[in-house]
Amino acid sequence: MALNTTAPPEGTRLAAPAPLPTRLGGGRAGRLESIAGYVFLSPWLLGLLGITALPTLYSLYLSFTDYDLLQPPHWVGLDNYVRMFTADPQYRHAVTVTVVYALVAVPLKLATALAVALLLDRARRGIGLYRSLFYVPSLLGGSVAIAILWQTLFGASGAVNAILAWFGITGRSWVNDPSTALGTLVVLGMWQFGAPMVVFLAGLKQIPRELYEAAAIDGAGRIRKFRHVTVPLLSPVIFFNLVLETIHGFQGFTGAFIISNGRGGPADSTLLYTLYLYKQGFSFFHMGYASAMAWVFLVAIGLLTAVLFWSGRLWVHYSDDGARR
Amino acid sequence: MSAVSERQRLSEGQPVAPGGARTRARSLAGPLLLVAILVVVLYPLAWMLGTSVKSPAEIASNVGLWPEQFTWRNYVSGWNGIPEVSFGRFFTNSLLIATGAVIGNVASCTLAAYAFARLRFPLRRLWFALMIGTLLLPHHVLIIPQYVLFRRLGWVGTPLPLIAPKFLATEAFFVFLTVQFMRGIPRELDEAARIDGCGPFTSFWHVLLPLSRPALVTSAIFSFIWTWNDFFSQLVYLNDINTYTVPVALRLFLDSAGQSEVGPMFAMSVLSLLPIFLFFLAFQRLLIEGINTSGLKG
Repeated sequence: MALNTTAPPEGTRLAAPAPLPTRLGGGRAGRLESIAGYVFLSPWLLGLLGITALPTLYSLYLSFTDYDLLQPPHWVGLDNYVRMFTADPQYRHAVTVTVVYALVAVPLKLATALAVALLLDRARRGIGLYRSLFYVPSLLGGSVAIAILWQTLFGASGAVNAILAWFGITGRSWVNDPSTALGTLVVLGMWQFGAPMVVFLAGLKQIPRELYEAAAIDGAGRIRKFRHVTVPLLSPVIFFNLVLETIHGFQGFTGAFIISNGRGGPADSTLLYTLYLYKQGFSFFHMGYASAMAWVFLVAIGLLTAVLFWSGRLWVHYSDDGARR
Repeated sequence: MSAVSERQRLSEGQPVAPGGARTRARSLAGPLLLVAILVVVLYPLAWMLGTSVKSPAEIASNVGLWPEQFTWRNYVSGWNGIPEVSFGRFFTNSLLIATGAVIGNVASCTLAAYAFARLRFPLRRLWFALMIGTLLLPHHVLIIPQYVLFRRLGWVGTPLPLIAPKFLATEAFFVFLTVQFMRGIPRELDEAARIDGCGPFTSFWHVLLPLSRPALVTSAIFSFIWTWNDFFSQLVYLNDINTYTVPVALRLFLDSAGQSEVGPMFAMSVLSLLPIFLFFLAFQRLLIEGINTSGLKG
């Protein structure tokens, strides 16, 4: 699974660790190295077992039970899953909200990132400064402080309405209106376009200039150059950003929690999957149900990633020539 | 410089000729658009900063950027804005947890990274694949069983569930980042140390570790920022107000959100972002290289 597409020399080695050269001395030295390997790896192994693998399995078990932390887990078979898909309209609503959010926010964020990266790539001066300043929201954006700012910014008497008033538009409380509350979260996501932009920019710098020259000689205009040179050569980077941002997009929590004060409102319009999971687990203490939700989430994200990787074979263009520059 | 403008011309598909008014307008459009985007991006932050130094009365009447009357009052009242516990306590708690996470992450992830990058041992490929697999595992899937586990250990309500796991290299991102970096270090250097009779431990300590400093610093900075910004797990595990961190405490302002509370709430929000901002100023180059080489998210 190549997570690292922007630095190809390392990235290509990611799928499987490179074979290490065989060492002279064999036997004793090899045994010492094996022991050393496991000594160095031991904290990670312990964490994998105790903090990741066993809890994952335990959560699978819990998903077939009723568990409120007070009474021991009570086996109920597939009940949680059946209820989720047939008898919990709020669950279905949360799925819809999350899918809508991801489908709108991720493409918008990536499009903004790419557009700004293209602008910056052509700029003559100040690229470094712009890049740094655009990156600031990505660093701060996940925090409670920014979510609080957003809630006020898009509130009845926030700056957004003040600016709209200059144009004679009377705003409303965007965060308290069920039809716009999720939109403010989409804007919050877009505002953090800096991180994928930095990756795009690095990718654009790797496109060999000769290709643009050749396209110009063939009479290609700006749009055709973008379609036939930039997009194919940038496709590994687009793919990388798409995978990361999609996975990221499905896991938004802080923004939705803060602007709705932990409720996912108004009228459940910001009830993201993770927020509903939190409510089921830690407000209602339905640990079994929340575990089932977590497993459906895990499988859904796994499937989605698989689909993305499968689709990537159709449109991602790996060119050794372009990558090695 | 000439190469850049050459490229510019070529990519715009224009003949190499002195530009008329139209080309000049076009060459100005890009920079102007960039400035406009920058203003939109930074406006919310500037507004928060400006609002935090307005008086409560002015917050209601003046929604602009600049305060008519500059006052620190919000910072004073915000600092003691939560009954009984001051923000000094919350900042100390946040700092403690973030420091613990930084030390844990850097120490444990470096050890694992060295094993993956340089040592041969049975099942190495399997473990590496599993490590990459955990990169994709959503945090929310693990929160319930981990909560049950830490509750059984009696750790819920203490900062331990937020710190202890970091010492077991559970943040695979940093293992991955450091592995990538160590692979870029010429193997001849530790081979030479081996020939001089150094074992794996000595060569780790005296060769690889000093050379991996940039990766360690990047891991440390990102650990700090992520832990400082983290809300989800702190919300789950911290239930006593004396153990609250800054994000969890900031949320308390919302429960009583009247119009007059915006000032102190913004003041404390600004303070909570300050450490991250300072880190950014000090290490921006390293941070941006960090995302470039590994796709780390802020």
